[in-house]
Formats: sequence, structure tokens, C-alpha cells
Amino acid sequence: MAEMGSSGGPTLLVGTRKGVFLLSSSEDRSSWEASGPMFLGHVAQHVVLDPRNGTRMVLAGRTGHLGPTVFHSDDLGVTWTEATRPPAFRTGEPLERSLSAVFWLTPGHVDQPGVWFAGGSPQGLFTSRDGGDTWDPVDGWNDHPMWETWAEWPEQNTPDGSMLHSINIDPRDPAHMYIGLSSGGVFETTNNAANWAPLNLGCDAPFMPEPDPEYGHDPHCVRLHPLQPDRLYQQNHCGIYRMDRADARWTRIGDNMPTDVGDIGFPVELHPLDPDVAWVFPMDGTDVWPRTSPDGRPAVYVTRDAGETWTRGDTGLPSPAWFTVKRQAMTTDRESAVGVYFGTTSGDLWASVDEGASWRCIVSHLPEIYSVEVGYPAIGYPELAAS
Amino acid sequence: MKVRIPTPLRSYTNQVSAVDADGATIGEVLEDLDRQFRGLRFRVVDEQGQLRQHMRIYVNQDMFRELSTPVQPTDEVTLMQALSGG
Repeated sequence: MAEMGSSGGPTLLVGTRKGVFLLSSSEDRSSWEASGPMFLGHVAQHVVLDPRNGTRMVLAGRTGHLGPTVFHSDDLGVTWTEATRPPAFRTGEPLERSLSAVFWLTPGHVDQPGVWFAGGSPQGLFTSRDGGDTWDPVDGWNDHPMWETWAEWPEQNTPDGSMLHSINIDPRDPAHMYIGLSSGGVFETTNNAANWAPLNLGCDAPFMPEPDPEYGHDPHCVRLHPLQPDRLYQQNHCGIYRMDRADARWTRIGDNMPTDVGDIGFPVELHPLDPDVAWVFPMDGTDVWPRTSPDGRPAVYVTRDAGETWTRGDTGLPSPAWFTVKRQAMTTDRESAVGVYFGTTSGDLWASVDEGASWRCIVSHLPEIYSVEVGYPAIGYPELAAS
Repeated sequence: MKVRIPTPLRSYTNQVSAVDADGATIGEVLEDLDRQFRGLRFRVVDEQGQLRQHMRIYVNQDMFRELSTPVQPTDEVTLMQALSGG
């Protein structure tokens, strides 16, 4: 593949089971130029370009036989440096936890340049204050007296291992944060990770013995809207939900999905300007959970009224097709007609530049895609202007 | 002593397949390797001092998993791994 050049449009950062690929777009997003692979053969779980500076790219990587680590690059992957101190639990801690994977990366609050957070498997939380070079455990979470219970330690109830994901930081207050545990549920801190509380009421968990348990749920992806931070969306193992924080209770907006499609899936992605708009990618959660599109007919569904109604978008998508879209493998850009992107377990990357109405495949035959993120190299995220 | 480096770890040794390291135990040898090639040890040994699941360490012809295993300057240590992951 060719070297990536600066082209004016968004860049997609693609983490795969076999390495990292980048796709840069023309300004109108009509053409895409791929570069890579980088770290061929490494599991690239998550690759994120810092939206605060548009320069620092951080990669969570491992291989099947070597331990997990983190790399960072300031030149769009031309050169990489391994973290001087990768994320790890404390040596000699009572639970003797060891990190098997760095699963999730989130840049910190805009007022804390250089701060990053990482979620692990098992469900540890780690932070860096120097752009991902040295990492420390977040003791307030990892050593919380309820951690063993909330994280169901030492069970590993998720097929690829239990993990901490969906690290959402309140743009109004860096001390206010949400995380998701698969499994375990959604948890919130309001005091800079010193203490945490479950936030799962209203969310179904029929696999639990009690009807509305405080924790033990399986959120697949949780998103906070940056312009309305008290609105949360969640794609859960058991449905699609929205919470307006003052309610402190999740509402199953997936009940408004077509019944023959259902509301099971992994990612949920938000419109950067409109808190009422969200996209999901339904998966078949019947029988033994195939985790492929219902009836083999892939489609994105969008709501434009906060979950009251949903519209199918499948123009251009193949049918039948039998891929899965993982929780980190869908994203949106910051253009005026928002671009929506998803990567498949069969290695195809699909793009829509009309907010999910129609789709085209912009690259095929990559390895299994684990994550897709949007970045704007050198400029960070463009300024948002509320309409 | 001589330490043989498997291909997945040679990004740390400038692609050199055998290096010299000192130590009275396997653990000390790995710590010396990490001083020379920063980051190598954590890919092989986890934060609780356990050899990672798919790693193997041979001293001459014998396999060991305990980092406290003593070694002699005349021994040859070989780091190996099951190429898991598919």
C-alpha cells in the first residue's frame, strides 16, 4: 500500500487482528488512500489519534504469545516508540492480577493534555500523564473494595476475556467519568476515580437471578454526548438504552426497533452535534447468539429522535452477508454531513457520507477488524459549532 | 552467558538472534536483558513475576518455568514461545 499523504479529510485508524492500517480521505471523502500494515502480525486492539493535538497516536497491542504493551507515534505511524512503562497491575498485589490485554484507549479531558486512560482485560483501569509513555494503575478503581464483586473476579464471562471499555469523561468536569465492564455493568465516579458507583438501573439482565440488579450487566458500548454530557447511550448485551442522567435509570429505546431485527449488537455511535441522533448495527442475539446480522441482511439503524423511532440504512450493503461488527469497529467523523464508518470481522471497511443512508466499501480484505477510529491529523478535531 | 532470542523478540535486540547476559538465576538474566533491551522482559514475564502462558525457557536442553532456577555462566539460555494466536 502507498504511503499516506495529507489530504484534508478525516483519517480512519483501523486496528486489526494482524496489525494497523490507516485510510486518509480526500476532502470530499470520495476517495480513500490506505497505508499499512504497521505491526504486521500484532493484535492491534485499539488505535487512537489524540483529538487534542492531532499528533499523538497511541496503539494498544499484543501478540498471541507476548504480553500486552502500548506504542505511541507522533508522525502518523512512520516511527513508533514503545511505552517506557506499559499498563500493568501493581506487582505483589493481593489478587495477583496480570494484564492479558490493553483493550480500550481514551484520551483525557481537553484541560489535561497528555492524560490518557486505558481499560484492560481483566477489568483494570490505567492512566498516563505523558501521552501514553508511562502508565500507572488507577488504584481507586482497581483496588476498590467492591472490584472483585463488580468484575466477577476471577470469572471470565466474556468470550475473549472480561474487559473494561467505554471510558467516557465528562467534558465539563475531568473528575466525572463513566466506564463499562463486560461483564459487570456501567460504573460512575464523580471524584476523580476515588470512588465508584454502579449505574445500571432499568437495564435488563435476564441472566441474573434478581429482576433489576444493581450490577452484573453486560454493556457492550457506552457513549456520552459531548455537547449534552448528561445524555448517555448504551448498546447492551440485552438491548439499546438511553439515560438522561437526572433520571438515573436506563430506558430501553431498543424496544422501538423492528421486532424481527431486535436490539442486540455491539457498537453505538453518536452524532457529534445532535444528541438525539445515534447509530447502531444490529446483530442476531437469538438461539446461540450468532452475532451476525439478523437474517444475514446487514444494516445500520439510526434514530433521530433519541430512540423513539429507528430508520434502516442498508443501501449498498451486501446481502446476504455473515460478518460481525465489534464494539470498537464503528465510528463517526466531524463533517457537516456526518460520515459513519464500520469495519467487519471479514476485513472490509464500509463508509457512508450521508449519515448512514447509503454505503460503499472503501477497502477490502484486511484482517479481522477490531477497531475503527476517526482522526484529523495535525489539526485535532475541527471546532464544533452547535446548530 | 549466551541467550538465544526468538524472532518475536528480536525487535528489541536489533534483530540479533543471540546476546550475552549475566545473572545467577533465570530471573536475573531476564532483568539484565531488560536493562540492555528495555521492554523485553514484560513481554515475557507478567507483573506478578510469572512466565507468560506461551513462553518457554530452556537452560541448555532442559525446560524451566521458575524464574528462581539457577544458571551458570557456561549455560546457554534459550527463550522460546508457542506461536499461539492464529
